[in-house]
Formats: sequence, structure tokens, C-alpha cells
Amino acid sequence: MSKILIRHAVKKYGDHTVIPDLSLEIKDGELFTLLGPSGCGKTTLLRMIAGFNSIEGGDIYFNDMRINDLDPSKRNIGMVFQNYAIFPHMTVYDNVAFGLKNRKLEPERVQALTKHYLELMQISEYAARMPNQLSGGQQQRIALARALVISPDVLLMDEPLSNLDAKLRLEMRSVIRRIQKELGITTVYVTHDQEEAMAISDTIAVMKEGVIQQVGTAKEIYQRPKNLFVASFIGRTNILPARVEQNALLFPGGYRVELEQRLPVENQKVQCSVRPEEFVICQHGEEGIFGVVREYAYLGPNTHYTVETMDGITVEIIEESSLEDELQPGQKVLLQVKKGKINIFDQTGCRNLVRSEAHES
Amino acid sequence: MKANRKFTLDIWGIITLGVISVYLLFLLYPMAHLLLQAVYDPQTRQLSMANFIKFFSKSYYLNTLLNSFKVSLMTTFLSILLGTPLAYLFSAYRIRGKSVLNVLIVIASMSAPFIGAYSWILLLGRSGVITVFFRKLGINLPDIYGFGGIVLVMSLQLFPLVFLYVRGALANIDNSLLEAANNLGCSGLKCFFKIVVPLIMPTLLAAGLLVFMRAFADFGTPMLIGEGYRTFPVVLYTEFVNEVKGNDGFAAAIAVLAIIITTIVFLVQKYIANKHSFEISALHPMVEKEPKKTWKVFLHFYSYLIVAIAILPQVYVTYTSFKNTSGKIFVPGYSLRSYETAFAKLGASIQNTIIIPLLALVMVVLLAVLIAYLAVRRRNALTNTVDLLSMIPYIVPGTVLGIALLTSFNQRPIMLSGTMLIMVIALVIRRLPYTIRSSVAILLQIPLSIEEAAISLGASKLKTFFQVTVPMMAAGIISGAILSWITMISELSTAIILYTGRTKTLTVAVFTEVLRGNYGVAAALSSILTVLTVLSLLAFNKINKGREISL
Repeated sequence: MSKILIRHAVKKYGDHTVIPDLSLEIKDGELFTLLGPSGCGKTTLLRMIAGFNSIEGGDIYFNDMRINDLDPSKRNIGMVFQNYAIFPHMTVYDNVAFGLKNRKLEPERVQALTKHYLELMQISEYAARMPNQLSGGQQQRIALARALVISPDVLLMDEPLSNLDAKLRLEMRSVIRRIQKELGITTVYVTHDQEEAMAISDTIAVMKEGVIQQVGTAKEIYQRPKNLFVASFIGRTNILPARVEQNALLFPGGYRVELEQRLPVENQKVQCSVRPEEFVICQHGEEGIFGVVREYAYLGPNTHYTVETMDGITVEIIEESSLEDELQPGQKVLLQVKKGKINIFDQTGCRNLVRSEAHES
Repeated sequence: MKANRKFTLDIWGIITLGVISVYLLFLLYPMAHLLLQAVYDPQTRQLSMANFIKFFSKSYYLNTLLNSFKVSLMTTFLSILLGTPLAYLFSAYRIRGKSVLNVLIVIASMSAPFIGAYSWILLLGRSGVITVFFRKLGINLPDIYGFGGIVLVMSLQLFPLVFLYVRGALANIDNSLLEAANNLGCSGLKCFFKIVVPLIMPTLLAAGLLVFMRAFADFGTPMLIGEGYRTFPVVLYTEFVNEVKGNDGFAAAIAVLAIIITTIVFLVQKYIANKHSFEISALHPMVEKEPKKTWKVFLHFYSYLIVAIAILPQVYVTYTSFKNTSGKIFVPGYSLRSYETAFAKLGASIQNTIIIPLLALVMVVLLAVLIAYLAVRRRNALTNTVDLLSMIPYIVPGTVLGIALLTSFNQRPIMLSGTMLIMVIALVIRRLPYTIRSSVAILLQIPLSIEEAAISLGASKLKTFFQVTVPMMAAGIISGAILSWITMISELSTAIILYTGRTKTLTVAVFTEVLRGNYGVAAALSSILTVLTVLSLLAFNKINKGREISL
């Protein structure tokens, strides 16, 4: 078991810098997810940890050992590839036993360990089969067993669920989570699917253009995103322009929200991030942003509304479905916000004024 | 593939029947005729096993088949040994001048095999340049004639095929497989033998079969360099053309035995290949690495050396074509005299070399595309038969097919011997299996829904085929056709049986000139052949833009 420490890591391809300067600490035994849009450098970083990509600057440590120049085969890492990389010319059993045989273990030990992990992943019955006769989910289980059987210090997973259908994805998600907790193995998990990341991770690092935007638990990242990119990448959100005056939020139509928390700015334009469920639709009254219902979709537990505000901004709203009839297109409404939940960013979108650290800077 | 359907007599049904009758007439009938000749005694007008008894009672004949088997097996083994590591190094490392080396290897693989033999005699033969050079130094090089020479020439000739096959297979290995192996503690040579070799095993088996069949059927090489070491195509040829006591029946018996051997090899290969069959395809192919210092030097030396040896025969032949000659003898100085003589004497053979393969090519492409379509889109019992029939030429050596065609069509009602047509037919039958296979591969990549869309929009079945399917296949077909063309212009073993004075091709001309000792003219003619090959390859690259050659 290891913790992973990355200090000022740099990755360049020729003159093109993919990761300018990245530092990160991954705690022993946690499931750490690198989350970001495609091309953000998350797989590149994972492959730097694995040793398949060179490191152009900085250091990577497993516990106290610097591993920058260690051959991939010496790092004692278990890796699960996006396409599983199951050896098609070997049986399921031989695939799982492969790493052990390379470690020159005694045959009895190889057999016992291989059997154990085949059972753990519930694929013992397929041990003698060739991998191409098995389904995607089963191949995924082989890949996991093969990576885990060598008792690696670190488990690396590169979008392991992206080739599975939706139902299998959910199933394998919980399998991975269960096994990871059972073995307590430090795991770095790469995905671009934010729901998957939230469901599976202890800690999430949101990446964009080679830079870590925020590291935190799923809840922290969703509820108090550090910047506008994180706010809009994790979950859905509506961005509304507003002003801060005397510690109150003033929307263009005159809707005023008194804030309970002191903001570090005064008399400034801000960008307000309101998630769909952080709106309250009122049909009557005077307080709120004026808008007109454009569309609605009844989805069982929730009803989704699309509302166009007076300023021509289209916002999405999710409400718990009620027994009454839905609001019809053309209906005039007033939108109020749940003021404790919304996030307020400065004009550039780089700073969340609601987060406590915003006061420090 | 679609499930089997019932045969219906629509336009495709008619085409199926047409194709079957072509095969019946030009393949099955000649083969049946050959078999009949082998077991039929024209004097007693009865079936007799006399020919086979004669064959097995004389160790001389039996040995020729054994010799062929030994030569082919050894050649297959050496070709794989030479071709596989080179292909791997080419895929795994950055090597300077790689694209040039690649082209040279392709050229080496495309030349007529016996030209290599002839050139190696000029280099390493009794009075060869290299032999003489070393003799002056007091070193006697080992004899190149016989078993060793045949295997040397054939291996150098055929390893490029293995190289090209393996390169294609390596491109299909996903890098993550190698990374996974690496990650699990397996790298370097160990990774090559435990992961790479097993992964390309299906390809190695296919390439091995191809090399074996080519080596087994090669007529020119053992004829020129074998001397006392006789292989079956040589004996078959001499028995057949021997005008004094030529014995068609006996030749037929040898041919039948040869086919039995190739069939067994074919089936054994299929059996092994089935055990090793799996599909691989690469999302991220292997990445070329920059080799480390000493390794880099060795790497470059090794690849340059092998390519140089492979291309040496053609370079040397081309060189000698510019040497000054007086009669049959090379004299000091350089001139174009060999070319003058070649054009004066044998201009017609150059024409023939263009016209005959061109006619054959048109037929091959048309038939191959039709048969591929039948095999992929219209599967039923009859099209399966077509599929099976089309594979027969794969196991019939060229000399055998030549003899079968000649003895079957040298009397009325179908009198074809001596015509250009019979040479065209022979090329078509021999080349079809390869072109069909590549056309099938292309067709499998075109979704059926595109044709269904055309039919639903009111196009007829035939119109759909020619206006939708064929254009989509076109690029693949054309590049396949160019490769077929190159193999056709360098074909010898069938042509040597079927040619007459009027239908002599370049390869036949080179061969007969070599036998007569006209080395200058032979060199000039084979240089012309090389130029034709290189021009065709350039055309191939132009059309194929960067895609690799697959045979």
C-alpha cells in the first residue's frame, strides 16, 4: 500500500506542453478519481504514474520512493486498461496468472492466488475459456483480477467502464468499489463521466487543460465548486448575471436576495450559478425573476421546465413532480433561488465568493 | 455473415451458375482429366496403377517429392526466422530510412524467383564474382548448388512475404497489450516471445503456408541452381516436355501426388490455425521507440544488411545488363548492346508480358468481385460451392495446372493449346483465390444497410451492385489488382508449360536466355521486368496513399 505524491510534474510532447505544473497528494487506500473533459491530460497523468509516459519535470513518489525513472515492470502497479488489454491468446486463467509467473512465484502459490482472485471476481467458472468467448463485463472482471492478483501497491484504472453498456456499467461500478474497499488498495481512477466519478470516489480531482481545478469529495465539488468551470462541468447549472450591493444579490429585473454570509466584495458585477433544483417557481407574488415557461417534460419523480427570463436567458429548472397539472408553455412565472445553496463567482468565473477561502485572498 | 438462404434464380443466381460453369470447364475438368490420365493406360484402355507403381518403385522419383518437401519446409522456417524479427524491429523502433528499406523489401518480394537464382549463380556460383574474389584470397566458399543454394535463394526471395504479413499483423496489436505485459513484469525479449509471437501466430501460420506453397511450386530456382538436387516441379517439367519418351500419364501421376502433398499441408495448416484463431484489432497501435545507443547501431546494421542482401540479386542483374558483351560473353566496358539485342530478338515478349496479364487482370477482377459478393452477401449451398472451388488453385502448383490445362484442351472440341487464351485462363485461375480473399475482406467492411438503402430507393439488384457496392470497393480492388498484376508479370511455372513462340512472355524469355547462356540479354530483359514492377508499385503507392501493402 502506498500514498502517491506528485510534485510539480510537467509533461511535454515536443514543444507542446500538456501538463504545465501539477502537484497532487493521493492518500493511502483511497479511491482517487481524475475527472475532466477529453484532452484535459487525465490519462496522460495516469500513464506518467504507470511509467508509460516520460516525465519532463518534477517528481512522482510512492511513499518515500521516487519512481520517475523506474521501469514500468518494476513499479508494482496494477493497471486496468480502457479496452482491458486481455491477452487473446491465453485462457482466462493464464491471463490472471501471467503477472505472478513473471514474478517467479512457486507454482502452488501462483495457482492458489490465481484461484482466489478468480473467485473474488466471480469468474472461476470461465477459467479454462478463451477470453474472446466472454462478454465485456466478464472481460472487465478478468482485467481487474489480473491487475489485483499481483498485490500491487497502486491500482490504476483508465476509463475502465467506458466500453460497457449502461446496465453493466452500474454493476461493475459497485464491483470495483466493493473490491477496492475490501483490499484497501490505493487506486487512481480516470473517467470523463462525472456521475461515475461521484458514485465511486473518495476524492475527485477535476482537471482542465492539464491543470487541476479542484480536489475534494463529491459533495464539496458539487455544492461549493471552486470556479465556474467546475460548477458547469459537474452536474448542470444555470449562469445568471447579477450585482452584489450591501451584501445582497441584485438580479437585473430587480429581484433582491439578502445574503446571510458576508461576501468579500461590494458593489460589483458577479456571475451567479444556480443549479436546476435550486430554483423555486412561484406563480403568484412579486419577489423573483420574471420568466415565461417554454417547455416542460414530466419524468416521473421530477418535472423539468425550461423557462425564459425577462432578459432572454433560458434556464433549466427541476421540480419535484406534484399532483397538480404541470405549468403550461406560455405561463408567466416568478423564479426565486434557494439562497443558501447557490454559488456566486466573480466576474471572471475564477473565484467562488461563497467559499470560505475566498475571504482569505 | 448472413445466414444461409435458399438458392433463387434471380440475376445473382444466374451469375452463380455462370461462375460455377467457368470453374467446371477450366478447373474441375482439367483436374479430373489429369487424374484420369494418371490412372488410365491408353494401350489397354483400362484403369491401371502402373504409373504410381513406377513412381514408388524408383527411389529417384520418390526422392524428388521428398526433396521438394525438405526444401519447402526449410525455406518456410528460414523465411519466418528472417522476416519476423525484422518486421518487429521495424514496428518497434525508429530506424533511419525505414520507408526506403520498406520499398526495397517490397521490390525484392515482387521479383521473379528464378532471377534471384540466376543472379546468385553470377555472384556465388563456380565462376561467380564473390567466389572468384575469395578464391584469389585463398578462401574456397562452400558450393552454392544443390539443397543449400535452393534454400538460400528461396528464403531470400520469400522472407519479404513474411515480413509484409507480420508488419500488417503487428499493426493490429494494441499497444495496451504490450503495456499490460510490461506492467505485469514482462518486457524485452520475454515479451516478444510470450506476447508478440503468440499474438501474430495466426499470421505466421498463414504466411508460412503461403511461403511453403510458393517454394514447393517454384520451378525456376531448382532448375537453375539445383543441378543434381532435383525437386518435383523440375522432374514434372522434364517428364512432360521430354519429346523422345515423354510420358503424359506418368507426369500426371507425379502431379496428382504433388497435389496430395499440398492438400495435406494445407489441411494440417488449417487444423493448427483453427486452434490459434482469435481476432485482434488495435485502437492504439504500437509506438515506435528511439533505440538506445549500442542497440541503435546494431539495429541499423542488421536491418540494412538484410535488406541489402535481399535486393542484391536484382541490383547485380541490372548492373550486368549494362556490361559490354561480345556474343554470349561479357567483355570489359559498358554498353547498351544487351538491350539492343533484347529488343531486336524479343520485342514481342515484352508486348505479351503486358497484354496477357492485362487480359487476365480484367477477368480476375470481374470474377473476384462477383464471387466475393456471392460469398458474402448471397450465402447458400451453391455459393458455398463456388467459395470452395475458388480455393482449389491455392493447392495446385502452377506447373501442375499448366499441364492439366494443356492436356485437356489440346484436342477438339476445345482446342486452346498454343493460344494466348490458354495462358490468360491459367493466370486467371491461379490468381483468383488471392483476389477473391482481398475482395471479401473489403466487402465485409461495407455495411449491408447501404445496399438495402439503394434497393429501397428503387435501384435494381445489379444496378445497386455496380453503382453502389463496386464504387465503394474500388480503391481496395484497384490496389489489389496492381499487386495481382505484379505477380502475373513475373509468373513462370505455368507459362513455361503453356507458351509457344508467339506467346512467349518476358519471364519465359529470361529463363530460356539464361539456359542458353545469353546472360547479357537475360539481364537486360529482367531489368525491363524490374522496371515494370517498380512502375507498378509506384502506381500502387499513389492509389493506396500511405496504406501498407497486404498480399
